Amino acid sequence: MVTVNNITKTYNKGAVKAVDDVSFSVEKGELFGVIGPDGAGKSSIFRILTTLLLPDGGTATVDGHDVVKDYRYIRNHVGYMPGRFSLYQDLTIEENIQFFATVFNTTVAENHHLIEDIYIQLEPFKKRRAGKLSGGMKQKLALCCALIHKPTVLFLDEPTTGVDPVSRKEFWEMLKRLKQQGITVLVSTPYMDEATRCDRIALMQHGKILSIDSPQGIIRAYPGPLYAIKATDKPRITQALATHAPSFSSYIFGEYIHVDPQGVSSKYLTEELTTLLAKEGFREIEVMPITPTIEDCFIKMLTK
Amino acid sequence: MRTIKFLLQKEFRQIFRNRAILILIMVMPVMQLIILPLAADYEVKNINLSVVDHDHSPYSQQLISKITASGYFRLQGYHTSIEEAYRSIEQDKADLALEIPYGFERNLIREGEQQLFIAVNAINGTKAGLGGAYLADIIRDYNQHIRTELTIPTRFQSLPIIEIVPNNRFNPLLNYQFFMVPGILAILLTMVGGFLSALNIVKEKEIGTIEQINVTPIKKHHFILGKLIPFWILGNVVFTLGLLVSWLVYGIFPQGNLLAMYGFIWVYLLAVLGFGLLISTYTDTQQQAMFIMFFFMMIFILMGGLFTPINSMPGWAKVIANLNPVSYLVEVMRMIILKGSGWRAVLPHLGAILGFALVLNSWAIWNYRKTN
Repeated sequence: MVTVNNITKTYNKGAVKAVDDVSFSVEKGELFGVIGPDGAGKSSIFRILTTLLLPDGGTATVDGHDVVKDYRYIRNHVGYMPGRFSLYQDLTIEENIQFFATVFNTTVAENHHLIEDIYIQLEPFKKRRAGKLSGGMKQKLALCCALIHKPTVLFLDEPTTGVDPVSRKEFWEMLKRLKQQGITVLVSTPYMDEATRCDRIALMQHGKILSIDSPQGIIRAYPGPLYAIKATDKPRITQALATHAPSFSSYIFGEYIHVDPQGVSSKYLTEELTTLLAKEGFREIEVMPITPTIEDCFIKMLTK
Repeated sequence: MRTIKFLLQKEFRQIFRNRAILILIMVMPVMQLIILPLAADYEVKNINLSVVDHDHSPYSQQLISKITASGYFRLQGYHTSIEEAYRSIEQDKADLALEIPYGFERNLIREGEQQLFIAVNAINGTKAGLGGAYLADIIRDYNQHIRTELTIPTRFQSLPIIEIVPNNRFNPLLNYQFFMVPGILAILLTMVGGFLSALNIVKEKEIGTIEQINVTPIKKHHFILGKLIPFWILGNVVFTLGLLVSWLVYGIFPQGNLLAMYGFIWVYLLAVLGFGLLISTYTDTQQQAMFIMFFFMMIFILMGGLFTPINSMPGWAKVIANLNPVSYLVEVMRMIILKGSGWRAVLPHLGAILGFALVLNSWAIWNYRKTN
């Protein structure tokens, strides 16, 4: 449905490489996540795929049409929700949806079934101006407007940034339902915890894709075990572990500290870590082997 | 066509919701048209005059009363010496000093000749030039008067006097407002049209809505037309309001073909709006657009023939004035409103403005990129 072949995009006359030789493909009906920190090049890829930006090199197709040559077709058939709220703030919810429907030569009634679930939540406020909505509502409205012309592919650029956790969860539920209706969805996010909601994800950093796989696949591919530690005097733990030979890499992860033994594998690592920490004077020590999260995988890839 | 209809619907909704701007569009031109022509006046009045009268004769008294009676001068005071009069000029109390020498009357009658001394404060060039000229005029007139009085007219030796009777065509009373009001209306129309259109597309860029528009199948010329038409209509409203104000307040009604006037305005608005749109396609923020528009507005206004006649400008300035749409409008407004011209007379101007409209709008459409 979407193919990207060796796409490159530079800014400032080549000084900044935003997208560096990126290739991937997305199947029809897939919920594909592009995950990476700010500045990884996610938005640039989305803007290239939605014909807003011309790539410096490489080719890309959406729904079988080239993004440079067939931009007309693509503009008629994709839905795009930019990272920044970009609907008319001085128009009401109703007027915004209506406007975008007519711009695509369709009517709200024709594709109402697509936005039904979302619109139900907006309906009580339909006379309210878009600028006066809360962050979560704005995102729902933007999604409605991007969907109203029944796009074959939906591009959502950081739709959940700046949205509260409950609304974020709701938003992902909506995406799941859209997927069930056969719409291919590409979504970018800086939040690693959202990755597991995608069918497949691409982890990005500095314009390059580090890995593409299903979230489970990426987790399975994590080399070696991973431990979570909890003890008194948390800030000193990483120091203590780094001085140990062979040194363990560790980082703070919520209330725990994740320890990557970096190749050292031993059945008794749990006990070894406990005694090590006890010797260093920590108390209330808690050590357990854990399955890595996507974030752990991402950190691992970055340190490689 | 359908797309344009919905674009227009959207634009008008936005315009009518932006109360502050709407009021500004309607009230600002009316206010300015009422206030500006009263203040922006070429005639120099209230010139402060210092008089040093060494003669104190009936003749010198007569001259002074003739000067003050003209209405242009205000007697600031009498001084005993020219140095004192100079001081009052230095203190900016007086604009002109007139020195009448001792024996003014006697010498004038006996020797038929006398000199007067005028000192002019030339810091304000216009005031100095006109003030000096007025004073010289009055003195010349006075001179004429005493010559006829002193010379006994005989049948054989009559004094030839040339009297000039000017006939001020199109503005018999030289009413300054007749000249100024159409010009100011032209400027106001240009400002409203230019600024509104320049800021509009940039606003969509700034807020980010253009991003969403650019991925839709809206055609470029549809988008530009959708921006052009609402402001074109507003421009017509502003112009009509302006005409009403000049008729009701100043009693100025177009003497010529009203349809020709509107016909010209219709094309002119396209040119000005096109210029605004062009600027907005080159800029990224409203601030940038605002400053660029200000830059051009200054040139348009000062080189548009409103305050200074284009014919007296140097050659290079005339070239700029020819590229200045405002200069055409100011001229056409005066032609139709004051002179009573019809279609035929404004055709060359109309052609030029049509050219501006086509070039500027095509340029704006060409330069508006949906893809970067």
